[in-house]
Amino acid sequence: MDIDSSAPAIALHSVIKKFKEVTAVNDLSFTIGQGEFVALLGPNGAGKTTLVEMIEGLQFPTSGEIFVFGKNWKGHQHFLHRQLGISLQETRFIDKLTVYETLNLFASFYNLPVERINQVMSMVGLDEKRKTYTVNLSGGQRQRLALGVGLLNNPRLLLLDEPTTGLDPTSRREIWNILMDLKKNERTTLILTTHYMEEASFLCERIIIMDHGKVIAKGTLDELLAHHNKGEIIEFIAGCTVNTDQLAAIPGVRSIHRASGDKLRLIVDNIITVLPLVMQEMDKQMCGFMSLECRKFTLDDLFVSLTGRTLND
Amino acid sequence: MSRSLIQLSLIHFREFVREPGILFWSIFFPMLMAWVLGIAFSSKPETLESFAVVKNSEGPYFGLKTLIDSSKLKINRAHQVEYVKVFEDSKLGRTTFRFTYTSWDSALIMLKRGQIQLILKESPSRLEYHFDPRSSEAKLGYIYLSSLMKNGKLHEAGEDIMPLTRIGTRYIDFLVPGLIALGMMNSIFWGMCYGLVEMRMKKLLRRMVATPMKKSEFLLSHFIARLSLSLLEGLILLTFSWFYFHITIQGSIAALLLVFFAGDFAFAGISILVSSRVSNTRVATAIVNAMTMPMMVLSGVFFSYHNFPDFVIPFIKVLPLTLLADSLRSIFIEGAGFHEVMGALIILPLLGTITFTLGLKWYKWY
Repeated sequence: MDIDSSAPAIALHSVIKKFKEVTAVNDLSFTIGQGEFVALLGPNGAGKTTLVEMIEGLQFPTSGEIFVFGKNWKGHQHFLHRQLGISLQETRFIDKLTVYETLNLFASFYNLPVERINQVMSMVGLDEKRKTYTVNLSGGQRQRLALGVGLLNNPRLLLLDEPTTGLDPTSRREIWNILMDLKKNERTTLILTTHYMEEASFLCERIIIMDHGKVIAKGTLDELLAHHNKGEIIEFIAGCTVNTDQLAAIPGVRSIHRASGDKLRLIVDNIITVLPLVMQEMDKQMCGFMSLECRKFTLDDLFVSLTGRTLND
Repeated sequence: MSRSLIQLSLIHFREFVREPGILFWSIFFPMLMAWVLGIAFSSKPETLESFAVVKNSEGPYFGLKTLIDSSKLKINRAHQVEYVKVFEDSKLGRTTFRFTYTSWDSALIMLKRGQIQLILKESPSRLEYHFDPRSSEAKLGYIYLSSLMKNGKLHEAGEDIMPLTRIGTRYIDFLVPGLIALGMMNSIFWGMCYGLVEMRMKKLLRRMVATPMKKSEFLLSHFIARLSLSLLEGLILLTFSWFYFHITIQGSIAALLLVFFAGDFAFAGISILVSSRVSNTRVATAIVNAMTMPMMVLSGVFFSYHNFPDFVIPFIKVLPLTLLADSLRSIFIEGAGFHEVMGALIILPLLGTITFTLGLKWYKWY
């Protein structure tokens, strides 16, 4: 059986998943096209893992339907298992099995030749660790092994659940490089859950922001920022008590917030035009700056403004 | 055998040889246990009978005085005077009698502390034996001493003692089949219950069922691995016992193998059932302990279960470990064949099938 190239990689129709008291996924509907790299972004408990595991066929929706390459999990398990590559949140392998043996075990489920094992091992940079027991691998190496296991069958759909959580920046970068290489073949669809904005914007052209089981925003990074035009940010700590009413009266200043401590946050239309006016006003008030920072609105800020929470909450 | 089944089975064999702990507990520990218990219960018979003697102002009891007069005088660690008399008997082995003269009060204390089993109160005309009639050791002391004072021997004239030291009647012959059965139960319960729950806890089970892996092959690999490993463990223990204690198998080897297979199947089925929904290894440990502990005590691995009250014996007899141990034992030492172990050959696989089916039905793969 081959894949229908016109079918979306994933189509969700009003998917709801309830656990006793909690609604983990609350009426989700969206499609993801073949070859897309999509990030599911959200804080812990947003419902990302539940959603991904439903797509993987490891959990079933309370109501609604999920189609993967146009097929439902019921009755197409065998077919779908062969199209999917997955990496679960924190999988641990068998302690006293080597890297090669672990890959060989999973390769045997797909009946893949030995060459593929070697190929994947060098793809994820574990050639030198071939004979190392999985228990002796570092966190980054273990995640790369998990990724390698997911890549063995050259999947059409790769689902990675927080592949870089808890890794140091170098290890994270190594995983990103593997995934960027994968993007070149334009054959694989990737869905990645993360709570790192940077990761989402670096790897994926499309970002879906989730919170409390719902999608609260989606689109490309630029679209998201443009659509939710939140302006730009000037943050400073003043050397004296500032008359905020005067600042708010400056044209182009949208709002003023007290950030943390003495820090004031001005949301403005455009830093370049507004900043000189702010400095003039401060001069007028005979007030100096202890610190001053100007930046564009980021995904992090967007998230905070959408949910009122930070991603690491 | 398919490639995936081979790979799945290899997991267990690799773990087995790579974890020194597993190797120790499943191979050396049973051997050590057989050796220690075998030695403890099969060394030369040696009996010690300790008495406290409370004197009477009227004078000693003649028979006792004669015996004590011929004994060796010793000062013990508590600085008490002891009289020690040793009897060597070619059939009953060595029996040592130890008499300590003391007051009634201190004799009672010695009895409470277990230093003596009997208190003798003597007067010229009579000898009183004070002991707990429930203690068979004390009763034996009474009979020995009484017989010794009557005819100078530990047993009556005209009676003959023929010691049973033939292979098959010793304690070690009773013990080894039980140890093999116990080893098998432990190996399967721990290997499977704990192993499966650990895989579930590590999310490895989830990861594996998200591939085209066949679930039947996954479970079959556990069964194959456990069967071969427990066979290996049993074989090593048997070889050791044969070499060291000259244990032999008197019954049918084919029946033995079949019983082994049936036992493996029953324990594997139970393991699948009890681990079907457990998601935490701490719970798994508790469950395995709750199953193995009672059977270890009740099923007559170390001592015959016929000492338990009559009404519980029918229940004990159908415990899987009892069925297995009894069948193995009857093949080993009674020369049993298929006919004699038919009960176990029916019940064990049936139990395995029922528990396996139920377990599979409720099995939590995700």
